[in-house]
Amino acid sequence: MDDNYPTAVEPIGGDPQGQPEMPLLTAQGLSKAFGGIQAVQDAQIDVFKGQIVGLIGPNGAGKTTLFNLLCNFIASDRGRIIFDGEPIQHLPPHQIALQGMIRTFQVARVLSRLSVLDNMLLAAPHQTGERLQNLWWRSHLIRKEERHLKEKAQVILESVGLAPKINDYAGALSGGQRKLLEMARALMADPKLMLLDEPAAGVNPTLINQICEYIQQWNQGGITFLIIEHNMDVIMSLCDRVWVLAEGQNLAVGSPAEIQANPKVLEAYLGQ
Amino acid sequence: MEIGYFVSLALFTTIYALFSLGLSLQWGYTGLINFGHIAFMTIGAYTTIALTLPGFLKEMPQRLIEAYPVLQGQGWLLQLQTILPEQLPLLVAVMIGAGLAAALGLLIGISTLRLREDYLAIVTIGVSEVVRLVALNEEWLTRGPRGVFNYPLPLANWAPSLPVKLAMILLLTLICGWVIWQLWQWLGGQPQGPQRHQQGLLRLLFAGYAVCVAGAALCWWFAFSLSLTIQLPSLLQELLLMVLRLAMVLPAVICGVGIVYARLEQPWHQGRSQPWATHLSLLTLTLGMGLMVMFYGAEVMALYTYSYKAGLLWLLLVTLTVILWQMETWVSSPWGRVLTSIREDEEVAKALGKDVFSYKLQSLMLGGAIAGIAGAFYAWQFDLY
Repeated sequence: MDDNYPTAVEPIGGDPQGQPEMPLLTAQGLSKAFGGIQAVQDAQIDVFKGQIVGLIGPNGAGKTTLFNLLCNFIASDRGRIIFDGEPIQHLPPHQIALQGMIRTFQVARVLSRLSVLDNMLLAAPHQTGERLQNLWWRSHLIRKEERHLKEKAQVILESVGLAPKINDYAGALSGGQRKLLEMARALMADPKLMLLDEPAAGVNPTLINQICEYIQQWNQGGITFLIIEHNMDVIMSLCDRVWVLAEGQNLAVGSPAEIQANPKVLEAYLGQ
Repeated sequence: MEIGYFVSLALFTTIYALFSLGLSLQWGYTGLINFGHIAFMTIGAYTTIALTLPGFLKEMPQRLIEAYPVLQGQGWLLQLQTILPEQLPLLVAVMIGAGLAAALGLLIGISTLRLREDYLAIVTIGVSEVVRLVALNEEWLTRGPRGVFNYPLPLANWAPSLPVKLAMILLLTLICGWVIWQLWQWLGGQPQGPQRHQQGLLRLLFAGYAVCVAGAALCWWFAFSLSLTIQLPSLLQELLLMVLRLAMVLPAVICGVGIVYARLEQPWHQGRSQPWATHLSLLTLTLGMGLMVMFYGAEVMALYTYSYKAGLLWLLLVTLTVILWQMETWVSSPWGRVLTSIREDEEVAKALGKDVFSYKLQSLMLGGAIAGIAGAFYAWQFDLY
């Protein structure tokens, strides 16, 4: 178990069934330094299709930085990221999103002065009406698309219980509702992989259970998840595999049970 | 002349309305802090004039050589002189002016939009200063502080026939009616919608407003024809006019305030979280409506007797309406939704797959082009003959 520390180049996460499948997302040797601080060093992560993968680690371990590197919100110093068979480390963030990798933020970021519906509609990729020249020539198509997207948004919002708020400003939502809206919004983009940064942070226990249910439900619908979370109950109940990050480096990887039993992980969390 | 004064005032107001539309697209919708919007207007104004003033463009290389003797031997400059046209049609010139203003937006955008907003603000101030200093000092380009005059004006030597004038007035009326209708709908759409028991009061107030406005218009017409025909002792005439005006305008203002509040159904004591701001904006709205009615009256009279400025104001109002209508289409489309999302949080827009940089550029360029068109009208409203 302790030897599971990633040194090999081949994906070590491993498919649960042991199939020789390419991971949906694989990152190798990711490094980022902010001045003298090595935030992430030679980090590796593999996410297989259909899994829910957890990413845990003590505060300041570099989890969110790793997320930012994966989405290229922060340019990495070194490393390779392959998503769905294509290297993506050179792509700008919006193109990575268009490839089907959508992230959420640690503190839910809703567009406050847009309605809940507009927040949802914005997320749909490749809209005809997003190109200015189409506004003159394809207004019919745009209206049709909008109608279609509105129906889709309505369905998603109903499934997370936000339908009554559809015309409210997103800024008027409570903290938990914002989390839900952010996830629902990511869902509108038809992602292959969703990166959730602490979906249960600052949320009451009932809603945490709900969120877990939604995540499982969406996962069964074919979306792969990579989740940063401090709430161990959530990690243990949801995840197929867990990666542990400490001081910017991989510490361990394994099933939730293995991670729970790993003395190194306990040491990293609780100190010696 | 009183009507002329109001037409000039309306012209100025409308030019700045058009100018602000561009800023609204950049700053209001996209959140790009732009303190140097005037640079776009300057470019639009100077380009339009330079391209339409007979011979001005053609002699530009010559003046350039005179200003910078270093360029003496450059053959291509003289060759350029033979290629350059004597002058361009007004419409083409305005288009090129708007295009150059958009190009300035592109330049600012490419160099700074990747930075955070404050830097953009600083750069825009810098750019507008640069543009001003160039316009002031590069005399070969702009004639500097001596200024450009005797340039062609749109609709200047045009004497429309009565049916044409009436058609112009009709279009103007339609535009004003549309604006008031929009305002009316907007008020009704506000959180405190009208309640049933207020409807009667609303009708009464509206009738009162209409009567007052009609009265004010009549009184204006009277004063207008009076000043044309009889020459009363000036003091007496002024006094008469003032009394008439107050008698007619004051009730209109009171009725207007009443209408706005009744339409909103917002009791005085039960304001929103920021009551003073709401009241202030409503009062401003009433004032704006009153001003519009006043300008409308003045413009109708001016169009009837037709003067250059009345024609220009009419042209400007039509342009403003078209651009406003277009902009409303843009910002209420998915394209506009992306712009607002950038204003709210550009990281989110990026995370959802929107090319933030490209949208910021588009917004900056379009806003710049609109200011460029406003610049052309700004130049035209100086009828320096």
